[in-house]
Amino acid sequence: MRTWFNTLTPRTIFGLTLITVALLALPFVAALGGQAWVRIVNFAILYVFLALGLNIVVGFAGLLDLGYIAFYAVGAYLWALLASPHFGLHLPFWVILPLGAIVACFFGILLGAPTLKLRGDYLAIVTLGFGEIVRIFMNNLNAPINITNGPQGITLIDPVAIGNFKFSTGSTVFGIDISGPQKYYYLLLVLVLAVIAINVRLQHSRIGRAWQAIREDEIAAKAIGINTRNMKLLAFAMGASFGGVAGGIFAAMQGFVSPESFSLIESVMILAMVVLGGMGHIPGVILGAILLTVLPEALRYAVVPVQKALFGAVLADPESLRMLIFGLALVLVMRFKPAGLWPSPDRRRELAEKAR
Amino acid sequence: MDIFLQQVINGLVQGAIYAMVALGYTMVYGIMGLINFAHGEVVMIGTLVTITVVTFLLKAGFPVWLAGGMGIVAAASVCMVLGWSLERVAYRPLRGAPRLTPLITAIGMSIVLQNLAMMIWGRNYMTFPSLIEKTQFEIGGAAFTNVQVLIVLVAGLSMGGLLLLVYRTKLGMAMRATAQNPGVAGLMGVNANRVISSAFVIGSVLGALAGVMVGVYYEIAHYQMGFMLGLKAFTAAVLGGIGNLAGAMAGGILLGLIEALGAGYIGDLTGGFLGSHYQDIFAFVVLIFVLMFRPSGLFGEKTGDRA
Amino acid sequence: MAFSRNLSCFPGITLALAASIALIGCGQKEEPKPQAAAPAAVPAPAPAAPPPKPEVTVKLGHVAPMTGPQAHLGKDNENGAKLAVEELNAQALEIGGAKIKFELLVEDDGADPKQGTIVAQKLVDAKVNGVIGHLNSGTTIPASKLYADAGIPQISPSATNPKYTQQGFATAFRVMANDIQQGKVLGEFAAKQGVKTVAIIDDRSAYGQGLADEFKKAAETAGLKVVATEYTNDKATDFKAILTKIKSKKPDMVFYGGMDAQGGPLAKQMKELGLKAKFLGGDGVCTPEFMKLGGPATDGHYCSMPGVPLEKMAKGPAFKEKFVKKYNTEIQLYAPNVYDAVMVMADSMKRANSVEPAKYLPEVGKTSYEGVTAKIEFDEKGDLKGGAISLYQYKAGQLSYVETLGGGVVEAVKEAAQATGEAAKAVAGAAVDAAKEGTKAAAEAVKSTADATKAAVEKK
Repeated sequence: MRTWFNTLTPRTIFGLTLITVALLALPFVAALGGQAWVRIVNFAILYVFLALGLNIVVGFAGLLDLGYIAFYAVGAYLWALLASPHFGLHLPFWVILPLGAIVACFFGILLGAPTLKLRGDYLAIVTLGFGEIVRIFMNNLNAPINITNGPQGITLIDPVAIGNFKFSTGSTVFGIDISGPQKYYYLLLVLVLAVIAINVRLQHSRIGRAWQAIREDEIAAKAIGINTRNMKLLAFAMGASFGGVAGGIFAAMQGFVSPESFSLIESVMILAMVVLGGMGHIPGVILGAILLTVLPEALRYAVVPVQKALFGAVLADPESLRMLIFGLALVLVMRFKPAGLWPSPDRRRELAEKAR
Repeated sequence: MDIFLQQVINGLVQGAIYAMVALGYTMVYGIMGLINFAHGEVVMIGTLVTITVVTFLLKAGFPVWLAGGMGIVAAASVCMVLGWSLERVAYRPLRGAPRLTPLITAIGMSIVLQNLAMMIWGRNYMTFPSLIEKTQFEIGGAAFTNVQVLIVLVAGLSMGGLLLLVYRTKLGMAMRATAQNPGVAGLMGVNANRVISSAFVIGSVLGALAGVMVGVYYEIAHYQMGFMLGLKAFTAAVLGGIGNLAGAMAGGILLGLIEALGAGYIGDLTGGFLGSHYQDIFAFVVLIFVLMFRPSGLFGEKTGDRA
Repeated sequence: MAFSRNLSCFPGITLALAASIALIGCGQKEEPKPQAAAPAAVPAPAPAAPPPKPEVTVKLGHVAPMTGPQAHLGKDNENGAKLAVEELNAQALEIGGAKIKFELLVEDDGADPKQGTIVAQKLVDAKVNGVIGHLNSGTTIPASKLYADAGIPQISPSATNPKYTQQGFATAFRVMANDIQQGKVLGEFAAKQGVKTVAIIDDRSAYGQGLADEFKKAAETAGLKVVATEYTNDKATDFKAILTKIKSKKPDMVFYGGMDAQGGPLAKQMKELGLKAKFLGGDGVCTPEFMKLGGPATDGHYCSMPGVPLEKMAKGPAFKEKFVKKYNTEIQLYAPNVYDAVMVMADSMKRANSVEPAKYLPEVGKTSYEGVTAKIEFDEKGDLKGGAISLYQYKAGQLSYVETLGGGVVEAVKEAAQATGEAAKAVAGAAVDAAKEGTKAAAEAVKSTADATKAAVEKK
């Protein structure tokens, strides 16, 4: 039997150490470009989180979900309601985050149950509708009873805090100054590593293989005795719970939530991350999420200087150019790497066979 | 009663617009099983091109009918080229790729087109020059205009024309053959690439036409107008059974009616709890219910195991 | 500090992971001044320490959406800010013994709360001395926390959500009446028009819903009956279903809480459906855009704008002229408020004789500045004191001034002054002089002129 520590050669140990050091140092490196970069890195990790969650549904089980942001919204609102002056509740994070996962899980099943029979594009439009339904309810549940405070959103949300150690403001730990965003980075890092571990374990478990069977051929999967209904619901629930946790962190980090953060385009972006990176392949999905979060922000910094260098003046409006380049990048990557930037070896093989 | 009639008219016209856009989605989907997510953007470009051409010609002193006609022709031509190149650039190279890949390129193209339109036409809302003098009619206390009648007529005619095309012409036969099995159709001498290109071109012309109708009706245009419209139309297409022309039409009209009647009556029925702020939800709820019982939409054929 | 710097230059690590981020992080390092390269652990107030150098650059951040449906308003705001900064630089101010040069850092938040915080952090990193913005409440509120933590004064020209200043941040100010103030006045105005029943439409945006709710409260207090409450969204183009429903309830007036891009078509469709009620809206529909999109259907409709009309203010017409001449376009909406916000900030710096946020922040609260939109004074929360609201009516393709409601003594003075005509100059002049001199004198001067004008009105 092969276990992970059998594969530890000096080279991989060196590589792992290097990665660990790099991950630990990243917020300080990014801070050289300003704390804004730390924030961007944090959002990148948050999206890695989301993309991995969606990857379970889309990549592993092959169910096209265009309403994934709904779970993120559920998690964010749950945090906002349980840790803000809105209801006067201030529960600690170790209560809310698991609760967020559970509630999102429940919503996942709620979405999954009526859509079990649907496939492909029909499923896509129904999940899309579900995402919109959740957003619209959040936008409107300020009357007759004020639950979500409607479009005004919820302000003054508590940050993550352990005792008096708040994650929102900077402090000095062991003589090193750590800013608020940098603290969140480490929190997110721990969480995302856990999520990656869960994902890897899942993929190679019985469940993961059952999902793969459903993805490849549902009828055959049923025939060999897989309970496709339960497996599909499980995929929705697992994916949703990750979204719920990510949403909670988002609310705490921002200190403010309002329904406009959870629009359809966000679902589409997360799906784009999964597909662009390489569906079903965990490293690929991570890459996709990082690229799509960092790219538009990097373009924000790059568009004006590049134009100035090339033409000596700012010809095109940086903002429209930024999104234009982003759209083109999506098209071009898919054009030349249809299975994503970093597809799993199986996928690559399948594609090669098809091309023949 | 007059109010109910009015709501039906409102829904019918809105539905006719959805239907026209939905026909474009369904045309492409029926043949190659692909959601052309950028179709809403084609509609938007159609409207904006018409505005530019018509405003220019009117300023140059052309009579309204000529300016309007040339505007429509210009919009149709631009959209034809656009649809054709969309297929060539974004979709054709991806045939045989994983199913979601073309969806992402479509989203990418949609972003590109929106931002291009913003750079060309600016960020402001634009007014559509009034091509048709609006005249009011009244039936049973419900008001409607000639423009509304025109829209319903154009939508009906478009569907009729498409049905004729698909079931009565050689091209249509080739289309149906390609839809069934591109490989075998190829063996029978059908040039699948040509057929698919023509489906895109026809879909885009319909999009342009829909764009003009939207412009004439609402007299307003904006570079982001295509997104929501496309989404609603796509919902309509799925509701009717995507890939089915009559289904798209029925789905569109049904969606329009659900929205109008939902906004008009559900609020009072639920004591104000589910008012018109849930207008966008009604359509989705109906959609989910329909799909629970008929997983391929109202008129869709059982697709078997194509997912 | 040395720890992190060493790491960044260790090539193996920069290559190892998230290369793009690390590279950009490293590349960025080259640009700023060497002493700023050390990571600022706490986004501390900028030590823009004015050494005995001849010139100091004061960085002002400006944030508004430059993309998305409100991009036209964002551009308008930016123009207002640019105009103010240019004028300030032309004055060659000296503060704290140094020559001051203002620099505007323009950022886009796309009206998206997430981007709003990233951009805010970018400005905090850039150690701006003050922030003008954001345009939307939805982005202003989350961003205000960052500015508050960094101690950077923020003046929003147009965020009207009451919550912005209710969070208790000492750095948050606005130069515009909030939704509560405006909605209340609109309700009172509706009652004064002799209408008995109203229908309310809101666009479910933070702005539209806030305004509509306050209007509803005020209208009901004033004895009006709300016969229908309907909703749309800020991307809609078709309003016929809700308008038909409203028509069945036969209201005397329709109130719309939302923006011009929907308001224009809404007015048109009202006319098409034969709904002959009066139309009233907030500042979101008090724009040239509304008229352009609504066409002749807007005739006779009412809208409100915080502040006193530009024409009635001492410096208003001059500002309008300058703006149109410079940008060759009409003022859309908030440009005058942005202009005022910049001027208030500069004025506070002058009074504090410092450009350091920590030093001039207390002075912002004590502002008493005669702006182009209003006499600007802040209450303890940072809201505009008084908050007069002016009402307008669309007549034959023109916005014509109806009246100014609300506001405290100062606004009453202005109204009276307008009535008497000549007195206006005196008040404005006195107020300007007073503002220049200091704080106490201002209030007194205004009070005395108020008495004078009151007397004048009574005589009349």
